[in-house]
Amino acid sequence: MGKKVSTAAWLLVAVALCLVPHVADRFVTYLSMRVMMLGIFALGYNLLLGRTGLLSFGHGAFYAAGAYGLGLFSLHVSPHPLLGIAVGVAAAALVALAVGFLSVRSSEVYFSMLTLAFGMMVFALVWNLREVTGGDDGLIGIARAPIRLGPARIPIAREGQYYYLVLSLFALAVWVAARVRASPFGLVLAGIRENPTRTEFAGIPVRSYRLAVFVLSGMFAGLSGALEVLLESGARPSMAHWTHSAEPILVSLLGGLHTLTGPLVGSLLFVAMREIIMRFTENWMLAFGVVLLVIILGFRGGVVGSLAEAMRRRQAARRAP
Amino acid sequence: MQSIVHVVLAGLSAGMFIWLVASGLTLIFGVLGVLNFAHGSFYMLGAYVSFTLVKVLAPHFYLALLFGPLAVCLAGLVVERFFLRPVYRLELPYQLLLTFAFVLIFDNVVKLVWGGGALAPPAGLGPLRGSVSILGRNFPVYSLFVIAVGPLVALALWAVLERTWIGRIVRAASSDREMASALGVRVPALFTGVFVFGTWLGGVGGALAVPYVGLLTPGMGESIIIEAFIVAVIGGLGSLKGAFVGALVIGILSAFGTRFFPTFDMFLTFILMAAVLLVRPRGLFGAAR
Repeated sequence: MGKKVSTAAWLLVAVALCLVPHVADRFVTYLSMRVMMLGIFALGYNLLLGRTGLLSFGHGAFYAAGAYGLGLFSLHVSPHPLLGIAVGVAAAALVALAVGFLSVRSSEVYFSMLTLAFGMMVFALVWNLREVTGGDDGLIGIARAPIRLGPARIPIAREGQYYYLVLSLFALAVWVAARVRASPFGLVLAGIRENPTRTEFAGIPVRSYRLAVFVLSGMFAGLSGALEVLLESGARPSMAHWTHSAEPILVSLLGGLHTLTGPLVGSLLFVAMREIIMRFTENWMLAFGVVLLVIILGFRGGVVGSLAEAMRRRQAARRAP
Repeated sequence: MQSIVHVVLAGLSAGMFIWLVASGLTLIFGVLGVLNFAHGSFYMLGAYVSFTLVKVLAPHFYLALLFGPLAVCLAGLVVERFFLRPVYRLELPYQLLLTFAFVLIFDNVVKLVWGGGALAPPAGLGPLRGSVSILGRNFPVYSLFVIAVGPLVALALWAVLERTWIGRIVRAASSDREMASALGVRVPALFTGVFVFGTWLGGVGGALAVPYVGLLTPGMGESIIIEAFIVAVIGGLGSLKGAFVGALVIGILSAFGTRFFPTFDMFLTFILMAAVLLVRPRGLFGAAR
């Protein structure tokens, strides 16, 4: 695929996304927002899993940190949405820094175990600190106040208006993820994935790089969590639960681990799949698990990876005499 | 004073369940090199299957204790033989994710078969009902029985691994898989055997828990696997001695937490885990590599 085709495809998607609230009904607009939020979550997550080769089971905790950070700030300090989002992302970064500091030092197996354990610690905290977090009720009644920038007031109360805030932050997230992947920093991360020992011998402080990308992916998760609170006007403790941490894993695997577009395509598939499956059965986890099994045993490249592989094979066949 | 003795006893009995799960987890990791996230689910399955068997076989709790874990072994056999075996050659994340998929599947299956609510086992199972007076306060006999089972299992494991022909093969395969294979050990069959045995340990833990926990919930597997992970971090992943010591420490610490800081009972164990990690990243008995 040429560079021109790829640019055209990106532009087409961007235009389509801008038009959604005008041409589609409310439900589709709502689902598009869910896809973009999950996309932000998975993009950040995949910098860790796909790029650096680290499997975290604790990102629900950072998602919840973003959500509760925004929720508490807007309930007790100021309802300004942008400030709230900034506070949420900062809270997620802090929690990710603490968990990451203790986890990235260890080998891969320990890392997965530790992120799961610390993630569930955050869940237990959110669940038990009733006075602050509302326990199992969560935080409720968080309104979407207008964004005040100097004299200007941008209303986001209606879903069609809020959509554009989500879209802008989604675009920002995609841009940051693309920049990170293409940067020297991103190349070092891929080096760590392929061979940490060699990367270490090349004079690169592997642990600091791992911690940096861990915190970065935690911030993506926090942004996604903060956006969800504004959309649903509440935060739930289940955001921190490890079944929620598993969502970006499945999304990344669905779309494909080693590409930028993989997690985005995966988010679209995931939301569509969940909508369809939940309509027929309540056993969403079972379906989730079976899909995971099928991908691991059969389609490890995900949708984007498998398509790319098929395309490469066709080209190779054409080139061969 | 007497209340502290009782808290320690309660912690010891809780620690024994963690030990039964953590020992299977450790054994499987040590030999197969796979961290089995679904191990807590086997514990949960053991509890639920035994619960049903207790109801069917009415007074014979010991039959349920025998057959419940065997049914779980069957699940373990299927998981290892048909799903885990093809992914040994893949990168680590895929192996972890595969066992994780089974956590989701088993959780949902339990909810489908037994319902999502809590189940109360019939009171007064087996001949071990009632309580004895220790320092002027009553303590359930069954908990004392559980406290006795843990060290017995540890002793049996040690004897088998260190003193028998099978144990020597298992140790050989865990220290160098290729060499053992070259010397004529059928490694794939050994892996299946060790996995099934580890599953059995988890299933026994679950079956023993039926009269102990009071209520069976679909979340019981996940809480014990997290405790087993904490134990593995503290004791050192792959070390059975570490798992035993770690399980006792975690059991007693959470018992103290529940008694004295009810809001933060889980928190104490996490603080201990973080402290151990900072001082000894590979755990108390973990091999330095």
